[in-house]
Amino acid sequence: MSTLNRRGFIKGAMLGAMMAAGLVTGHAFAADYPTAKVNTTGLAVTDTTVKVGILHSATGTMAISETGSIQAEKLAIEQINAMGGILGRKIEVVQEDGASDWPTFAEKAKKLLEKDKVASVMGCWTSASRKAALPVFEKDNGLLFYPTFYEGLEQSKNVFYTGQEATQQILAGLDWIAKEKKAKTFYLIGSDYIWPRTSMKIARKHIEQHLGGKVVGEEYIALGDTQFGSVINKIKLKKPDVIYAAVVGGSNVAWFKQLNAAGLNSSKQTMLTISVTEDEVLGIGGENLAGFYSAMKYFQSQDNDSNKKFVEAFKKRWGKDAVIGDVTQAAYLGPWLYKAAVERAGSFDVDKVQAALPGYEFKDAPEGPVTVEANHHLTTKLRIGQWGKDGQAKVVYTSGYIKPDPFPKGYQ
Amino acid sequence: MFGYSMAEIGNIVVMQGFSGLSMFTVLLLMALGLAIIFGQMGVINMAHGEFMTIGAYTTVLISKVAATYGFTNYYFVFAIAIAFVLAFAVGYFIEFIMIRHLYKRPLDTLLATWGLSLVMQQIFRSSFGAKEVSAELPEWMLGSFQPTPDIDIPINGVFVMVLAALVTFGVYMFMFKSRWGLRVRATVQNRTMAGAVGINTAKVDRVTFALGCGIAGIAGAAFTTIASTGPTTGTLYIVDSFMVVVFGGAASIVGTIASAFGIAQAQSVLQFFMTSSMGKVSTLLVIVSILMMKPEGLFASKLRK
Repeated sequence: MSTLNRRGFIKGAMLGAMMAAGLVTGHAFAADYPTAKVNTTGLAVTDTTVKVGILHSATGTMAISETGSIQAEKLAIEQINAMGGILGRKIEVVQEDGASDWPTFAEKAKKLLEKDKVASVMGCWTSASRKAALPVFEKDNGLLFYPTFYEGLEQSKNVFYTGQEATQQILAGLDWIAKEKKAKTFYLIGSDYIWPRTSMKIARKHIEQHLGGKVVGEEYIALGDTQFGSVINKIKLKKPDVIYAAVVGGSNVAWFKQLNAAGLNSSKQTMLTISVTEDEVLGIGGENLAGFYSAMKYFQSQDNDSNKKFVEAFKKRWGKDAVIGDVTQAAYLGPWLYKAAVERAGSFDVDKVQAALPGYEFKDAPEGPVTVEANHHLTTKLRIGQWGKDGQAKVVYTSGYIKPDPFPKGYQ
Repeated sequence: MFGYSMAEIGNIVVMQGFSGLSMFTVLLLMALGLAIIFGQMGVINMAHGEFMTIGAYTTVLISKVAATYGFTNYYFVFAIAIAFVLAFAVGYFIEFIMIRHLYKRPLDTLLATWGLSLVMQQIFRSSFGAKEVSAELPEWMLGSFQPTPDIDIPINGVFVMVLAALVTFGVYMFMFKSRWGLRVRATVQNRTMAGAVGINTAKVDRVTFALGCGIAGIAGAAFTTIASTGPTTGTLYIVDSFMVVVFGGAASIVGTIASAFGIAQAQSVLQFFMTSSMGKVSTLLVIVSILMMKPEGLFASKLRK
């Protein structure tokens, strides 16, 4: 850890410029940053602490998915505190439960921002919860770090999106499968809500216009539906080269179990999914998934050093059976990016923090280095993982860096 | 025909026929327990799905034990038996502390059992974690049976089918051929008279409720082979269960069977020819319009009101 001692107090902008030049990564002492100077908007920042909110569903349907994010965020915060906190201030977590209910997310966001005066919030998971909370963050000028890969078509100065937007996840994956498997015909299947539908729209455009392929079927399953017999028979009749799937929740488990039971396992059928991470595998069972592909930016099995350290720390903190999926890793980035942003800004003021983060490269991200872009999304790589029976994926392809493009031209 | 050969179409018809039957048995297994509780006792049990979840978690736990002690191939028999016993016991207890105080207030049971379902979901979440888990299936239950190379009959589907047949037969024997069934039917038809001739109606109620819960437990165990196990798994089934029972005519077990068959076939065929969600919407529309004309369901009970 390098330290920089030759400065006393330097104004935020100046400091930001220096940090951007890579001069500062080290400890900062609270005494160097008097509270009155770094907190001019009345946030819950004292001489020794800063309050940060965590807003996920700990109860209800979505708890299945959001628990991992909560764990990752808490781990990151504990690690940051162990290193001395942010600008010498320890992070104090205020956790609220969105309870899988979208209006509750808005209510709790309001409580966190207006009553607790948290300096930033790690939270939301589904697009519906983010859309519900977004007006609150914009009105109260809060700061949200959002971890899930999502459909794009959104950009707010109050939100940093640490997961991938749709084109980052979809295009490179389709390119790979078309090339690698000589795929010409695709069957699109997803759950019936905004993310799969937007994703499939992008996928269809890409398949038809750029890959010269054909979409032979497009199907949406009601959320929670567990009967796939008829859909599977349709697929058998159409014999697509690739099934492109974005089925979520309880349906996801039923989909894979029934697909296998109907004889469509990976030896007979190629499938690329954008909705299966290590978390989902627990429910689906490795034996039902073996051989199929997922397109994600992160897999737990990645063997770079930063990931090994992360996996070890995560298991140490949350038990050796804990698994880490794509979103869990993205949630882990949130607190670290916030720390970097505050240090670059030399201030906790939301306007300064959000202006300071774009351009920052987080070199130690478990997934590998990521860069925050001006549109508040991250430049990342895409990886294709092939699932094994043990519930872990082997990375078979890694793309180059893909810039985020939340409003893709020609795909809307 | 439509660019497919006759053989292909033949194969699809066979597999489609099977998937319709398979959906029928799933719906039937879901609804049987509820048919007993709601149909016979008039208790709207919103926690029905959670009793299924008890069965599902039991199966998952036993599969873990089986993996340790190496009896994975036939643990399912134990899992189903224990799932039944556990769900029965919990049902017995719930009837005693809660349901029996609410028999005269049917709408309150709706609220109370809904609350119960939330409590149970949170208990599952606290004790088994929020993430979904899966029961490791024995080798023989994976994959499909192939009478010809192009026809795949899912083995787990056959398994659920056989189980549903056995349970239905069991319920039939219990209700119509046993002493207990006679008492249950007597209590349903005329509680006061049944009491007058010496039937312990309170006990009948308790056993009937527990039996319905036990069957839900069996259904939950069986569904681990086709779907997910998580704290809120029950909510996936509750709507379909009620739909089957209400559509069939609440007090009739034959009605439940007929209704499960009708709904499954309609949905399966419609979903093949339309998109999946449109198929489901159309089925629901048909059900709603039939219920508007025949509010008591397909097989109305011939009770004197």
